[in-house]
Amino acid sequence: MNGNNLPELAQDIVRRALEAGATGAECTISEGDEFSASVRMRELENLKEAGSRAAGLRILVGRKTGSSYTSDLSREGIERMIRGAIELAGITTEDPHAGLPDPGDLGSIGGDLALYAPEIERLETEFKIEQARCAEAAALDADPRIVNSEGAGFETHTGRQVFANSLGFIGEYRSSSCSIGVVPVAREGESMERDSWWSAARSLDRLEPADQVGRTAARRALRRLNPVKVATQKVPVVFESKVAGSLLDSIFDAVHGMAIYRHESFLAGKLGEKIASEELTIIDDATMPGLFGTSPFDDEGVPSRRTVVIERGVLKSYLLNAYAARKLGMKTTGNAARGLAGNAGIGHGNFYAVAGVQSPEAIIAGVSNGFYVTELIGMGVNIVTGDYSRGAAGLWIRNGELAHAVSEVTIAGNLRDMLKNVEAMGSDLEFRGSLASPTLKIGEMTVGGK
Amino acid sequence: MKFSESIFAARFNITPRDLEGYLSEALSQGGDYADLYFEHLLTSSISIDESIVKSASQGVSMGVGVRVISGERTGYAYTDDLAPEKIRKAARVAAHIAAGPSKVGKIDLDEGTRHNLYPVVTSPAETEFGQRVELVKRADRAARGYDPRIFQAQAVYADNLRQVMIATSDGVLTVDRQPLARLSVAALARRNGEPPQRGYAGGGGRVELTFFMNEKTPEHFAREAAREAVAMLDAAPAPAGEMTVVLGPGWPGILLHEAVGHGLEADFNRKGVSAFSGRVGQKVASELCTVIDDGTIPGRRGSLNMDDEGHPTGRNVLIENGVLRGYLQDKLSSRLLRAQSTGSGRRESYAHIPMPRMTNTFMLAGQSDPEEIVRSVPRGLYCANFGGGQVDITSGNFVFSASESYLIEDGRITRPVRNATLIGNGPEALKYVSMVGNDLRLDEGVGICGKEGQSVPVGVGIPTLKIDRMTVGGTA
Repeated sequence: MNGNNLPELAQDIVRRALEAGATGAECTISEGDEFSASVRMRELENLKEAGSRAAGLRILVGRKTGSSYTSDLSREGIERMIRGAIELAGITTEDPHAGLPDPGDLGSIGGDLALYAPEIERLETEFKIEQARCAEAAALDADPRIVNSEGAGFETHTGRQVFANSLGFIGEYRSSSCSIGVVPVAREGESMERDSWWSAARSLDRLEPADQVGRTAARRALRRLNPVKVATQKVPVVFESKVAGSLLDSIFDAVHGMAIYRHESFLAGKLGEKIASEELTIIDDATMPGLFGTSPFDDEGVPSRRTVVIERGVLKSYLLNAYAARKLGMKTTGNAARGLAGNAGIGHGNFYAVAGVQSPEAIIAGVSNGFYVTELIGMGVNIVTGDYSRGAAGLWIRNGELAHAVSEVTIAGNLRDMLKNVEAMGSDLEFRGSLASPTLKIGEMTVGGK
Repeated sequence: MKFSESIFAARFNITPRDLEGYLSEALSQGGDYADLYFEHLLTSSISIDESIVKSASQGVSMGVGVRVISGERTGYAYTDDLAPEKIRKAARVAAHIAAGPSKVGKIDLDEGTRHNLYPVVTSPAETEFGQRVELVKRADRAARGYDPRIFQAQAVYADNLRQVMIATSDGVLTVDRQPLARLSVAALARRNGEPPQRGYAGGGGRVELTFFMNEKTPEHFAREAAREAVAMLDAAPAPAGEMTVVLGPGWPGILLHEAVGHGLEADFNRKGVSAFSGRVGQKVASELCTVIDDGTIPGRRGSLNMDDEGHPTGRNVLIENGVLRGYLQDKLSSRLLRAQSTGSGRRESYAHIPMPRMTNTFMLAGQSDPEEIVRSVPRGLYCANFGGGQVDITSGNFVFSASESYLIEDGRITRPVRNATLIGNGPEALKYVSMVGNDLRLDEGVGICGKEGQSVPVGVGIPTLKIDRMTVGGTA
């Protein structure tokens, strides 16, 4: 099969599904190429290169749905996929809210979204290896205490996404990305710590220089040496922008339309209420050119848009696909996300907290005794109750200055209180992925330690 | 299963001669070793929400990964098209890692014999969908029927049938048929206008569908999820700081997975980046602790007849009476460390490079009566169930998050407390194990382990354990 007729193939699959008995159909085809090179202790370690493609189909037979996917795009493979989806619709239940989006909601935004940079496909293998080598060397050479490394990698991806449905929507877009990352290990006496730094972008010119990535990674590993396990206490907690992004991930989970209609979010039923401090404004915007959360349309064929989720502490909108919108009596916000199989879920675009005016240094300077968190581990966030408890590492703040490394502690609170207790947002908003937050200070949390 | 019966021979007409040809192509630029991993994966999933079966899906994916090792270097390429010219192209791409004359002579593939830990006649993936959908409907009814305070239930049934074929340049040719099924249930309970609480339970393994009818029924998992949700309605804030922690048997064995398991994977130790590097023969736990990783337990989720490099899985002693005995080895690390593979080379799919991973990780039972263990604690935390965990293998710091736990006061389990993360340091935490129960239990079969972006199914288990000192991340 010719690689250039994927939109026609998607439309053909939709047509054939209707002929086979479906009353509605959606087809996704995605294809991609990946490359990665990794270097460890200045030597080439791994090279990986491959491409793949697959198709997914979701069909409706009345108000019943079925879905299937295949990586076998031969005529027989696709025939089997269509039969599989129809067969499965036979075992699901009539769902009054099931369906495709309203025809009037379908569409795609125009303009150059800068999702694809053709040079990514043309990069020479030697160049990519050299980038990884240079990043790791910069980390290893930064300080004699950088004694080891888990390695450095340079990766590229290019892909193509096609979506068609039986309401006549057909859309496609290409995307590309490149990334570079390093994980150095620092040692001093008995203390051994690692940290990492990375940069990712859709085009090469937006990637941080390799040596800068390496030096940043080294600095992060070094500052974690000789950590202290502090005593259990309640103190202000400052989230470095990198970990503040994970807090946004939890907020996303809490405004996720599926969690809302099931009442399994602590923000269910709170629309229009003040749920956070005035410092906090959160936006979901899938229209910002060149970013990882950007696309012309969502995974149901609804145009991407900008949605204000929290405005100066007031909950303004949930994030919805067509199904959750129908369940809640609202309109889709164009946040459908799906893999190849199954019903559409909900995803975010560029989900970010609006920057404040204070520099991170100024926020830290305003804390007499507190915790600057630079790493969080574990999954201790319960969106149903808002209970929040995670493993943390970072630096202790004493009299407005970073005093020493801290590790093997927890930070805990409840997201309801934490959001109301956001005292400051930094000026350092930077889009390193599709979630972004500046440095963020919470007035008080429990640090669990000795 | 024999090569000739495999889907690759029967449906795709691949012969041992073809495989030898691809391996030769992979080694045409030099290199010490090459292997091929063919995979054909059937998956299906059915879910119920609000008593409506809202989603049912099935799919098929297949492909082959070609790996070439040259010293410490690995070249890898894959294709999702099994046409000979596509496989040869992948072999040539993987071959680029090596430079020099071919060092491997003629390859003669030989099919050895090995154990069969999951002699499943009909895999769940091959049964009628009508039978499988009943499981989620029964789970939904049982969860809702458990208690009037249960107001939401969701159940997901998922299975897959993975057929693999591995051929290596050292002559191994092996095929396997790996079924896997899982049923999980989440329930939400609410009292008056108070905030809801969630409970979760699930399980399965490399089993036939009858497992869910005869051994672990949908009602079993549903009642367990509903019970946890209702129990948590009374939860008070969890304590914060260091205290004595008692872990209940079964899934809390995730402690071992995070505290020691990952840190003992040979790749990290070969590179010297694990907190356990260079500690073989040293005491890393109390003498009450013997920790095993065993990929050979029949029917278990983490079990495999052979690992994803074609090496038979085994029962590997990691810690014996508190002393570190060895690491989990894959092919590359064992070659470089001049050790034996422990059958621990695993990968998520044909698109992934294998690396050392756990299978079923557990601690052997001790002597203590579980009730006696609780009675011995004046004040502490009893953890009955957990969500997930994570570890920083370099510092050794690990966490795991309690989803159902209770205070212990004066030797008795009293009030439930809210979710809290527990944190400890791998090489230190198990030194504080002061009592080990006689009630070893393995988890029910829901574990998924993530490492460097690859997910694989695993199992864990412990008897009731008393740890004299661990940090609890509550708020009270």
